[in-house]
Amino acid sequence: MVKKEMIAMLLAGGQGSRLGVLTQKVAKPAVSFGGKYRIIDFPLSNCINSGIDTVGVLTQYQPLRLNSHIGIGIPWDLDRNVGGVTILPPYEKSKGSDWYTGTANAIFQNLEYMESYNPDYVLILSGDHIYKMDYEVMLEYHKANNADITIAAMPVPIEDASRFGVVITNETNRILEFEEKPQQPRSNLASMGIYIFSWPVLREALVHLSEEPGCDFGKHVIPYCHGRGDRVFAYEYNGYWKDVGTLGSYWEANMELIDIIPEFNLYEEYWKIYTKSDIIPPQFIARDAVIGRSIIGEGTEVYGEIHNSVIGAGVVIGAGAVVRDSIIMRGCQIGAGAQITKAIIAEDSRIGEGTVVGVGDYAESRYSPKVYQFDLVTIGEHSVIPDHVRIGKNVAISGVTTAEDYPDGALGSGEYIIKAGGVR
Amino acid sequence: MRAIGIVLAGGNNKKMRELSYKRAIAAMPVSGSYRSIDFTLSNMSNSHIQSVAVFTQYNSRSLNEHLSSSKWWDFGRKQGGLFVFTPTITAENSDWYRGTADALYQNLAFLKQSHEPYVVIAPGDGIYKLDYNKVLEYHIEKKADITVVCKDMPEDVDVTRFGMVKTNDDGRIIDFEEKPMVAESTTISCGIYVIRRRQLIELIERCAAEDRVDFVRDVLVRYKNLKRIYAYKLESYWNNIASVNSYYQTNMDFLKPEVRNYFFKEYPDIYSKVDDLPPAKYNPGAVVKNSLISSGSIINGTVENSILFKKVYVGNNCVIRNSIILNDVYIGDNTVIENCIVESRDTIRANTTYIGTPEDIRIVLEKNERYVL
Repeated sequence: MVKKEMIAMLLAGGQGSRLGVLTQKVAKPAVSFGGKYRIIDFPLSNCINSGIDTVGVLTQYQPLRLNSHIGIGIPWDLDRNVGGVTILPPYEKSKGSDWYTGTANAIFQNLEYMESYNPDYVLILSGDHIYKMDYEVMLEYHKANNADITIAAMPVPIEDASRFGVVITNETNRILEFEEKPQQPRSNLASMGIYIFSWPVLREALVHLSEEPGCDFGKHVIPYCHGRGDRVFAYEYNGYWKDVGTLGSYWEANMELIDIIPEFNLYEEYWKIYTKSDIIPPQFIARDAVIGRSIIGEGTEVYGEIHNSVIGAGVVIGAGAVVRDSIIMRGCQIGAGAQITKAIIAEDSRIGEGTVVGVGDYAESRYSPKVYQFDLVTIGEHSVIPDHVRIGKNVAISGVTTAEDYPDGALGSGEYIIKAGGVR
Repeated sequence: MRAIGIVLAGGNNKKMRELSYKRAIAAMPVSGSYRSIDFTLSNMSNSHIQSVAVFTQYNSRSLNEHLSSSKWWDFGRKQGGLFVFTPTITAENSDWYRGTADALYQNLAFLKQSHEPYVVIAPGDGIYKLDYNKVLEYHIEKKADITVVCKDMPEDVDVTRFGMVKTNDDGRIIDFEEKPMVAESTTISCGIYVIRRRQLIELIERCAAEDRVDFVRDVLVRYKNLKRIYAYKLESYWNNIASVNSYYQTNMDFLKPEVRNYFFKEYPDIYSKVDDLPPAKYNPGAVVKNSLISSGSIINGTVENSILFKKVYVGNNCVIRNSIILNDVYIGDNTVIENCIVESRDTIRANTTYIGTPEDIRIVLEKNERYVL
């Protein structure tokens, strides 16, 4: 008989539209992070490090990169005879075929998957946070409280609390009330979107709420369970945790990795983060290269200058090029003499020789001011920027661009070029 | 492919000096992120050989550890796979592998139980890329009994540590001399052989009956006039790392763009065990010139014309020149290292100096206490 004490369900189907062109062709959990990782590596590594060997990954939006990254789970030791990692896309049913309409709806559509493992507990995770967490400790806490639901929550500065869903607890950490993005927060404990459910509780709630349109954990399931008097507890987490949902926070989280002793330390032996490494060779630093305060991935060749940057694997930085305060993902080629300042350049893009990126005065993005701000230039994957053009700040570019796209050889701050199937 | 593979990785070698104290040559780290045997195993995998045996004997711990999973080279299969054969005591035999032919004889069951018509035999210390199918095609075309992969070495290379071959115009080997005192040709054997499986079994059984144990001396040299032994000339990069100097040179070759492109960028890839290390990190004060740096390293000082393997920590104000720093080395502040090979897992104290010369590369073994935060 198959039996797993706790299985994990990892929600990885979201687009992450606030990452703009970065998620035009991939789901947010598959976006590169920290030179060689992808965002989903963090929850997956947490799972295996916590002793959870059965993980269902729910995919929906642009799953190709996620599928090929996860494969059969070898990098995380999740290639198992029983359990292991399973990709769970939406599927056609004899009646009522449906996309995943909400987080809880997605889990509901996979009741059979969960049932097949006879779990006592189900851990619900989302694939878009950077953190290290021992879910086993959280489970012990759940058991010790005889809880029905345990919600991981972290203290945030009270002035920021209005951006989160906060929980109000009593002295035993039992949750009394929830407030979603409150104007006047009465607590600074923010929910991290990580839940442990006792299986019968989850199952009953999902079935009961199965007709709820867009059924969501935060909006429907938790309030429903709380409303009927279930024991809901907050598990306080005090380590590093970063939501990389916006370009600003994504850039910041990357930049924190290059501090001398980073708060989020990837160099510790304990609690390793695993990823699929298909580029193995060492990196080559040429005679005239200059590198200050950066991290650089495998197989990259540096002939120019790099300062305060996170460079992925298999990148080529041409001679005389200067890269500052930027994130350059795997397989990019930066032409000789190019100058890149405060840019996020997604995978396999090519920047022409002598092109200048990220200069000029501030201007609000004309494309989507909510997404493209923080002075960041964001370039989507497989983009091409021609030689000798000047690109301003808060710019978004996606697709193969040519010199004709840059009148007078320039693209001012706040402008955009989105080719073929662009998204906001 | 219609062949099985055998990797001879059991030998010891005094020419490696201190570097072979704790590992087999085939497990020597090479070019930052690989181990020597990765090249041969990747060649076999890329030639679509499905079933590969590695013979290990001398100091095999780190080699066995490297081979503990076969998935990195895609040998984790139901059909075939990767087999590691160390000497065992049996009813008939209680000896170590006394030589290469003896090693083959002790594992005759593997040869007999295979179905593939050919065998590719290769050492674990060659750094090269080769599609063994091309050698096999040549072997069949020449109707050879044994084909030996050979390489013309440049005039200035000392070839007396290799097997020397002389061929006729057709490519048939007419003379074979192992480690000659005076070299009479510049063509050497790379130690890579293609042979029909049944032919090999027959030759090895005859060797055993006559109590002969060495494949080169007792098969190639002895049978050179009797059997059709042909030389397949390898034109591409090949080097063998079985001496300190050639090990140092081979590693330094990877600083040349043409060598790097050939191995790292051109099809097919070389595979290795993945270590799950974070990207290399350059802190303020790092000055790196013309060097290869591997993942997991943290650099605070100066590194020039050097190769840093995985997980090397270079302290503040260090100067490292023309050196090879193997895996997991900690180098304290203000240390100077020139023309050295620093053994893996060394801990170098702060304010120390190690200087070798280009002619006499110094090997540094320092097992100090390491304090890590």
